[in-house]
Amino acid sequence: MPFTLLVNGTERKVEAAPEESLLYVLRDNLNLTGTKYGCGEGQCGACTVLLAGRPVRSCITPVSAAAGKPITTIEGLERDGSLHPVQEAFLKVEAFECAYCTSGMIMSAVGLLSRNPSPSDEQMHDFMNGNICRCCAYPRILEAVKQAANLARERAR
Amino acid sequence: MTPPTASLALNGAHDLALENAEQASIPKLGFHFELQRREFFKLMGGGLLVGMCVSSLAQESGGGKNRESEDDLPTALSAWLHVAEDGKVTVFTGKVEVGQNIRTSLSQQVAEELRAPMESIRLVMGDTALTPFDMGTFGSRTTPTMGPRLRNVAATAREALIGLAAERWHVSRNTLVAAEGRITDPLSRRSISYGELSRGQELVTLIPGDPALVPPKEWKIAGTAVPKVDGRAFVTGQHKYSPDMSRPGMLIGKIVRPAAFQATLVSVDSSEAAKMPGVTVVRDGNFVGVTAPDEATATRAAQAIRAEWKAPAQSSDATLFADLRKPSTDDGANYGGPPRHVVGSIEQGLASADKTLQQTYTIAYIAHAPLEPRAALAEWSDGKLTVWTGTQRPFAVRDDLAQMFRVPIANVRVIVPDTGAAYGGKHTGDAAPEAARLAKATGKPVRVVWTREEEFTWAYFRPAGVIDVKSGVRRDGTLVAWQFDNYNSGPSAIRTPYNVANQKIEFHDSDSPLRQGSYRGLAATANHFARETHMDELAHLLGMDPLEFRLKNLNDPRLTAVFHAAAEKFGWGREKSSATRGFGIAGGVEKGGYVATCAEVAIDAATRDVAVKRLVVAFDCGAVVNPDGLRNQVMGAAVQGLGGGLFEAIRFDNGKITNPHFAEYRVPRFKDTPQVEVVLLDRKDLPPAGAGETPIVGTAPAVGNAIFAATGIRLRSLPLVPDGLPKA
Repeated sequence: MPFTLLVNGTERKVEAAPEESLLYVLRDNLNLTGTKYGCGEGQCGACTVLLAGRPVRSCITPVSAAAGKPITTIEGLERDGSLHPVQEAFLKVEAFECAYCTSGMIMSAVGLLSRNPSPSDEQMHDFMNGNICRCCAYPRILEAVKQAANLARERAR
Repeated sequence: MTPPTASLALNGAHDLALENAEQASIPKLGFHFELQRREFFKLMGGGLLVGMCVSSLAQESGGGKNRESEDDLPTALSAWLHVAEDGKVTVFTGKVEVGQNIRTSLSQQVAEELRAPMESIRLVMGDTALTPFDMGTFGSRTTPTMGPRLRNVAATAREALIGLAAERWHVSRNTLVAAEGRITDPLSRRSISYGELSRGQELVTLIPGDPALVPPKEWKIAGTAVPKVDGRAFVTGQHKYSPDMSRPGMLIGKIVRPAAFQATLVSVDSSEAAKMPGVTVVRDGNFVGVTAPDEATATRAAQAIRAEWKAPAQSSDATLFADLRKPSTDDGANYGGPPRHVVGSIEQGLASADKTLQQTYTIAYIAHAPLEPRAALAEWSDGKLTVWTGTQRPFAVRDDLAQMFRVPIANVRVIVPDTGAAYGGKHTGDAAPEAARLAKATGKPVRVVWTREEEFTWAYFRPAGVIDVKSGVRRDGTLVAWQFDNYNSGPSAIRTPYNVANQKIEFHDSDSPLRQGSYRGLAATANHFARETHMDELAHLLGMDPLEFRLKNLNDPRLTAVFHAAAEKFGWGREKSSATRGFGIAGGVEKGGYVATCAEVAIDAATRDVAVKRLVVAFDCGAVVNPDGLRNQVMGAAVQGLGGGLFEAIRFDNGKITNPHFAEYRVPRFKDTPQVEVVLLDRKDLPPAGAGETPIVGTAPAVGNAIFAATGIRLRSLPLVPDGLPKA
């Protein structure tokens, strides 16, 4: 059946079964392949997108539950060719090795910082624990989230 | 064709054998390099082309001379480099990028020798139609072998460009300077870019001999923290991994997996699936697969197929270690020779000891679980097959595909996009024949992406193992006897780096109940765990400090140096372990890398949870090519080692994996991550060694030794604490 999705600020009409996962609609119908399949079970976070500003696992989110609400994917973070502070920090710190988890990590971090602009280490651990990096670049990812928080605060000033 | 599921069991052992073959420097296999000179310049445009031969072919064919009169390129090239008329440099290598950052570190080395800016250099990697043959990306071989080759190629290109400028200006080449992509004549102040010099040329040069390489002490680009090439593509989601690839008209493929390992297909009822719109069912021997226009339909169709399988009764993890002690029934399955190592007399050594110790250590199967699962996109066109897939051995996958589909090797092209990790787990290209088979049946491009459950079940595992150690020491701390028997886990790093006058060290083949193969560091992790745990036990038996005991029995200056460096950074010996806080140390040598790891653990007395609070890793791999990339590798390996060290284990029963999901198979997450400090010993006087593997080996024994220091509980099985700390 037809759904209207609000993806990265644009209305997109898609045809899909209501129970179909948002992940495959994004990847295959809308060609937004920055959002990754990692487990299909909501266990690894590689498929994380923002739904109404909150990080969700798109692999276990039915497309029907996402219709009509703003969806942000990794492709929608840049503004006028400028990277989002979280993207910038990940790049600067080089908070990745194979980088397959990076989209999901960045989306979770964006979700965290929008709720809590100055998270403690423990709050970061708690919030990000659902995102797996198999290369285990965790120390650098935490460092990148901290730097992104600083960067965002500087820009807000 | 051979059904892929039936051929799986063979590949794992074959891979290990191959990897060991590489380590023993067995000559390379034959090449199939068919791109011709004319075709090459048609593809790349004119310019300067430098190729490197690995064999004596360079001399035989007049290497060093320009080959303008001959049309064929030599067939034994191992790397080549093209300088285009616009100054862009393209380097071709069969190595692949799987997160170890070689696209960047190899580019740096080319930039260094060519004296060209990093931005002008592009690497074409792992494309069997474009890059020279390469055996594969494993065994930490890229840095020690491909690095020097590319440096040679780049230095030769630089010298050729200097020659072209000298010819053009009628001056002696000795007065000219190459820097930043230009040749300059300081006397006449003339300057010309590499691109301009290459214009109108179709010049082929083979490596003439040994061009002078820039010594690491004088490196300006290599040796520095150059950021990851294409980094922006990864933080914006633009990089296309194999599962992100698509082709016009592409279908999605799913495989109907057997109910158990070694199962054969009895019957299939696919009538319901075949009725679904756009669905094609393919059966070939033991292989059953479906294609559909989209993921959801393909999944539904695969689930709708009623397949009946017959499987023999198989063992479970409950009897694993007893099973592994039984000798292998397959003479051909071993590593190509008995790797028994004997020094002195173990009997006399044990007899002369003041104290002896005998212990057994066990190691569970673990999964690589790369976040990018096995995936392939296959397309047939006019009898030619192109496959995009994440594999560490694109040429082997190409050869397998050619054999399976009975087409000439020249008709198969395998392309490896930069891949979402491998850790030794992608020596095979398991999804490639599956996608190719479905594409052949449907006449359309087909993409197969394994599910996480398939990944945890049908990929191969790091070998499980049993290790017996029997040792003898004198009261003064001198090791006098060392007997070490490894069953199944593998011979990598099986020998001891410590001085022992009497040694007997042996690897024993077993029949592995599960498909097994390479893993980051191979058996070095298991062998270091057993050895470094046993060394700790001996130190405690003697009442000596574990570091002091190791140093007393060591003369290797590089290993001694990393032990000192790690201990100093960690503050070893400054505080004593308590019931809730323990300190441990371990170290070793493998693949040219020297590592020492110190660990601090915290024990929760109430919950009996073990938390690793701090890891200090000192590492020496010769001259450092990229300190930032290297720190990332070392830190990642150390933390990844916590998974196999603390809680990762594949469970199985009667031909089935019983924990094939991240919910049941625990990998390190943020909350498991300690503070990690990396100390690099940059040895600019030594050639660089690989670094992707060895830093993992110290983690498990250092943590186990720290747990003992706090609790007095000696853990001799990996994983150490899958269910928290056991009772004393």
